[in-house]
Amino acid sequence: MFHIFCPYCDERREEEEFHPNGQAHLVRPADPDSVSDEAWGDYLFFRDNPRGIHHEMWVHRLGCRKFFNITRDTTTYEILETYPMGEQPTITAETARVRHEQGVQTADGGWQTVGARPENSTLNEETPS
Amino acid sequence: MSQNNRLSQGGRIDRSRVLTFTFNGQQYPGFAGDTLASALLANGVDVVNRSFKYSRPRGIVAAGPEEPNAIVQLGATEAAQVPNVRATQQALYDGLVARSTNGWPNVQRDVMSWVGKLGGSFMPPGFYYKTFMAPASMWMTYEKFIRKGAGLGRSPAESDPDIYDHLNQHCEVLVIGAGPAGLTAALTAARAGARVILCDEQEEMGGSLLDSREALDGASAADWVEKTVAELAGMESVTLLPRTTANGYHDHNFVTLHERCTEHLADTAADAGRAGEVRSRLHRVRAERVVLASGSHERPLVYANNDVPGNMVAGAISVYLRRYGVAPGQRLVLTTNNDHAYRTALDWKEAGREVVAVVDSRANPDGDLVKQARDSGIRVITGSAVMEASGSQRVSGARVVAIDTTRFVVTGKIEELACDTIASSGGYSPVIHLASHTGKRPQWREDLLGFVPGEVKGMHFAGGVQAVYALDETLADGTRAGAEAAQAAGFEQAEAIAVPSVETRTESATSALYQVPHEKSSLRAPKQFVDLQNDVTAAGVELATREGFESIEHVKRYTALGFGTDQGKLGNINGMAIAARCLHRSIPEVGTTVFRPNYTPVSFGAIVGRHCGELFDPERYTALHQWHVENGAEFEDVGHWKRPWYFPRKVNGKTETMHDAVARECLAVRQGVGILDASTLGKIDIQGPDAREFLGRIYTNKWAKLAPGRVRYGLMCKDDGMLMDDGTTSCLGENHFLMTTTTGGAASVLEWLELWHQTEWPELQVYFNSVTDHFATMTVTGPEARKLMAEVTDIDLDREQFKFMDWKQGTVAGVPARVFRISFTGELAFEINVQANYALHVWKALFAHGEKYDLTPYGTETMHVLRAEKGLIIAGQDTDGSVTPEDLGMHWAVGYDKPFPWIGKRALTRPDTAREDRKQLVGLKPKDATVVLEEGAQIVLDREQTIPMTMMGHVTSSYYSPILESGFALAVLKGGRNRMGETVYLPMSDGTTHEAEVVNTVFFDPKWERQNV
Amino acid sequence: MSEAGSETNVSRVAVFDTHPVEPIDAESPLAWSRQRGLVDAAGGSGQVRAVERPFLGHLILRGGAITLDEAVRAELGINLPGKPLGLNLDADGSRSVQWLSPDEWLVIVPGGEEFELENRLRERLGDAHFAIVNVSGGQTLVELSGEKAREVLMKSVTYDVHSHGLPVGKAVGTVFAKTSVNLRRPSEDRFELVVRRSFADYCVRWLRDAGREYGVSVESPTS
Repeated sequence: MFHIFCPYCDERREEEEFHPNGQAHLVRPADPDSVSDEAWGDYLFFRDNPRGIHHEMWVHRLGCRKFFNITRDTTTYEILETYPMGEQPTITAETARVRHEQGVQTADGGWQTVGARPENSTLNEETPS
Repeated sequence: MSQNNRLSQGGRIDRSRVLTFTFNGQQYPGFAGDTLASALLANGVDVVNRSFKYSRPRGIVAAGPEEPNAIVQLGATEAAQVPNVRATQQALYDGLVARSTNGWPNVQRDVMSWVGKLGGSFMPPGFYYKTFMAPASMWMTYEKFIRKGAGLGRSPAESDPDIYDHLNQHCEVLVIGAGPAGLTAALTAARAGARVILCDEQEEMGGSLLDSREALDGASAADWVEKTVAELAGMESVTLLPRTTANGYHDHNFVTLHERCTEHLADTAADAGRAGEVRSRLHRVRAERVVLASGSHERPLVYANNDVPGNMVAGAISVYLRRYGVAPGQRLVLTTNNDHAYRTALDWKEAGREVVAVVDSRANPDGDLVKQARDSGIRVITGSAVMEASGSQRVSGARVVAIDTTRFVVTGKIEELACDTIASSGGYSPVIHLASHTGKRPQWREDLLGFVPGEVKGMHFAGGVQAVYALDETLADGTRAGAEAAQAAGFEQAEAIAVPSVETRTESATSALYQVPHEKSSLRAPKQFVDLQNDVTAAGVELATREGFESIEHVKRYTALGFGTDQGKLGNINGMAIAARCLHRSIPEVGTTVFRPNYTPVSFGAIVGRHCGELFDPERYTALHQWHVENGAEFEDVGHWKRPWYFPRKVNGKTETMHDAVARECLAVRQGVGILDASTLGKIDIQGPDAREFLGRIYTNKWAKLAPGRVRYGLMCKDDGMLMDDGTTSCLGENHFLMTTTTGGAASVLEWLELWHQTEWPELQVYFNSVTDHFATMTVTGPEARKLMAEVTDIDLDREQFKFMDWKQGTVAGVPARVFRISFTGELAFEINVQANYALHVWKALFAHGEKYDLTPYGTETMHVLRAEKGLIIAGQDTDGSVTPEDLGMHWAVGYDKPFPWIGKRALTRPDTAREDRKQLVGLKPKDATVVLEEGAQIVLDREQTIPMTMMGHVTSSYYSPILESGFALAVLKGGRNRMGETVYLPMSDGTTHEAEVVNTVFFDPKWERQNV
Repeated sequence: MSEAGSETNVSRVAVFDTHPVEPIDAESPLAWSRQRGLVDAAGGSGQVRAVERPFLGHLILRGGAITLDEAVRAELGINLPGKPLGLNLDADGSRSVQWLSPDEWLVIVPGGEEFELENRLRERLGDAHFAIVNVSGGQTLVELSGEKAREVLMKSVTYDVHSHGLPVGKAVGTVFAKTSVNLRRPSEDRFELVVRRSFADYCVRWLRDAGREYGVSVESPTS
């Protein structure tokens, strides 16, 4: 359950009030008719799925109804900043500090274990982005 | 039996209040302040369950949430049944009825015992999977039997008479655990001025202080607890939540607490004399900072037959002795690798029972407690451990031997000690669960022989959870954590609180011992249990490593280690240590444990809260709902709305069938006049100089020339060219439009408009606002509609003055109204918008005047039939996000030559969207007029082909048409528009195949004359 | 303020007085709840009291804060709340302006005043870019008071309703059970819920259920 700072309401609110709207900073080509099918397909269907810093658009659906952007770490779920439409993030994958080494996670109930053996380290290394 | 194990004095129980309870059909007495577990032990009940897999008798092992065996089914009545209750956490109340969860048909002797006897050699890990997998079809049969034998508790067959709810809480500092660290943390934070919530899962606050031998400020620990809790209770900014388990730690310091409000008093709140009150409550806490002071769980040692009743965790015995005045046996052997456990021997001796020996794995233990034990005459056997317990229904002896922990061998002669109770202590495991719920991995500390929490943003740790065990250090650690948390939340410490003084003790270091070596190999020795609830043995873990399961995570899944209601609270670390030993690795190399919510089971009632019964989901009503109910409407759920589905009439005392009612309503509209409550349609008010430009970008068709007073139908696509919604939009003024959307699309379309305005075109001067609820909408339609309307409106209804797709303002039944000449039935229609508070007046006036025209109310079913007869689509029924306007044959509503590249345009020329053989909307006329095709039925071209057939499309809408006296359907069919007149086939699941002809989508009045009469 | 300008603007937007000339009985959004026995007689004795204030005038104002502020002050005598989540009331509390978003405010005035107010504001705002939308039929106001009003709200909304989170003069759009409301704190002793018409019955049923342990009454004056 995220606690999200709405840059318009100027305070943090519960996640139930918000709705995610996917990757931020997508720009609709200004002249779609002159864009190739492939480029248009990329715009429509292809999205980043980074491990780590991700910029995503949310809407304060049950609050002020405004869209805004979030910089979020997809590995820790930490929200690093939120900013109104039209602004750029101050934290990006390039500027982000070195993250914790991540393990291979399994998705099941109960307690889970991460393969922490040294020989498993290749599995645990970050995928270069 | 009458509390033979109850000591004559001591404990925090109220001996003046005798409570009677029933366990497995037998009545026992207990005292107020008992847990079910302490009362069972007081009464000498050794066997409380049968084990999961081997059906071995099991007794109470622990005194808290880590208890693996004493899992009971609670409830005197069917409706009050609660499964999987830990007897150690259930307060005793008068009339409590509990049964063993495992142990069909009974715990003393059961038909499953043969399994346990054979089990030694025949039930390796994976036994069920390996044995019962073939034939696969029989698994369902096996499973029923195995489950019944295993028993996992059962849910009640009747509905729960109790109520539950949720409370949203906000605080600066949430302190989890009210032991020594939690109490000082809470006090410190509260004194700094922070809003504090302090929760603790036990019946009373105090944690380990409630069974401590130590004194604080010279008084008993319990006195200090009482004083501190009283001070906290007196502070306005503090919320104390006893009997409240912090079960889940979620992102950004969101914590779910489960408070047992009446569960400790009776089966139901009503039984407790608190009818109408909440039985348990889920607190949804958003905390600025969390102080985790959850303490630690003592680990048992793993040795042969360590599951025989009478084997207990050492600290639990102290709890039963000191808090409940119960000595669960006569002669004790304590086997330990640490100093702290010696207190149990001292407690036992002080209770007047015999301590046969303390068996210490260490060579030269010499801490203060060890000295105290020796001084009091207790025999201490060093460099040794209990290798095996004797006895079957109850411990009868302990086989003690000298061991070499490094080489994992026994080194001496076995000594047999007669005893009825074996206490074991293998050290302490911090209760780190909540710290890892969001995925943070704990760290193994070899110096502390335990996992400590990894760093969690917003969380502070205090006391045992980070392996700070000495009481003086724990109290100081809580003070530190409380001050840090308050400061982080913006509250500076006014003055440090005085940490109570405690006598310090010397302790000798704990040795690393998990499994005690046996004279035989693990595989040949009697079972050495690691996870009692899941019957996982050391041999099982060893076998798993031999079979190639190298990560503890895989071992877990193979052996079931750590599954079940206790989630491996007692067994996990021992299991990892054994796997590590077998694999010749260190514990962290085998894996680190991460836990998931919930810490202990939470009832569905508490999770559901008040969102059940008629409050399960909102029901939205139109302003005319009362009339619909009073006039016998059957309702259909459309989103959250309750819409009239049809209005069955009573004919000769019998209520019409739906088929008859819909046929009557359809004919009334086609031949007379009907009325529909269309208030649920989304309505969006659009104002601004760029409103028209915006519409042109968002709709596929043109809006540049729509004049005030005119209405236009529009299609809305996503940018992938697929239809998302449709509706009419009226030009109210040059800069003012009223858009309608589908009922289901109302909110999403408004958000869609805002999305494009806020993110792509903020320069356009336009505002959107929902007026869905503000206006009630009534559709009066049918050949007689004009006559009826003329009686109630001052608007000129002349067909030349008020044309199709015009709107006019006036009054209807004296109420200001906007009337729109739009039609979703193909008949002459007037759609009336009035302010919702006046809707019922207008509706009733229409009926007063409509009687002579037999004005017929109709519902959504008739609306569907009528619109489908006209080939009018419903977005979301005839479309599914993969249908373009072209697929629908609505080329006429696509403005390719509009100047702005509107949403969806570019995608319509992508190769896939431009394909000739896309599924296109067509009409289907069944060859047999009595057939109504199934919606969703697949269409094939050749009925004789072999399965799997080539599917060419499917039916999207299908009804019986009373005016056509035939079934008819809309469908999407590959290349459908070029297949007019062809015969297609619809194979049904019952083996029959329907035939249908591909026809135009407009079944009735193809020249569209009727709506213009 | 030029007459011509205002005329142009008015003609570009279709204003609509929704009230009948002759008096006609109106039905508040809680009419159906009353019909099914969910509305109590006035003067409940429980620790939670919910009272509908039906038939008020509700207007949504859209536009720039500076533009609207001047007009609202002139026509209503209330400052437009410029800061997020502000709620300003007039002296006797019968008229209010609530911040909804950076370009959106909710004005609530006694019933029947809203159309005239809309016209006056439109006239004053002239050619500025703004929108005024009458939503009086689409929502209703429910006052919540009593000793346990805060507890009932804690069961219902995720927002922090402690005076730390919701002091007097603050109003938030937030989640209420499984719907949303505008939650307002006009004074120390009461909260206000602005509820959508179609969800009003659900909200009342929820309040009755959540307040049951404290004793709760729901009242709705019929005139």
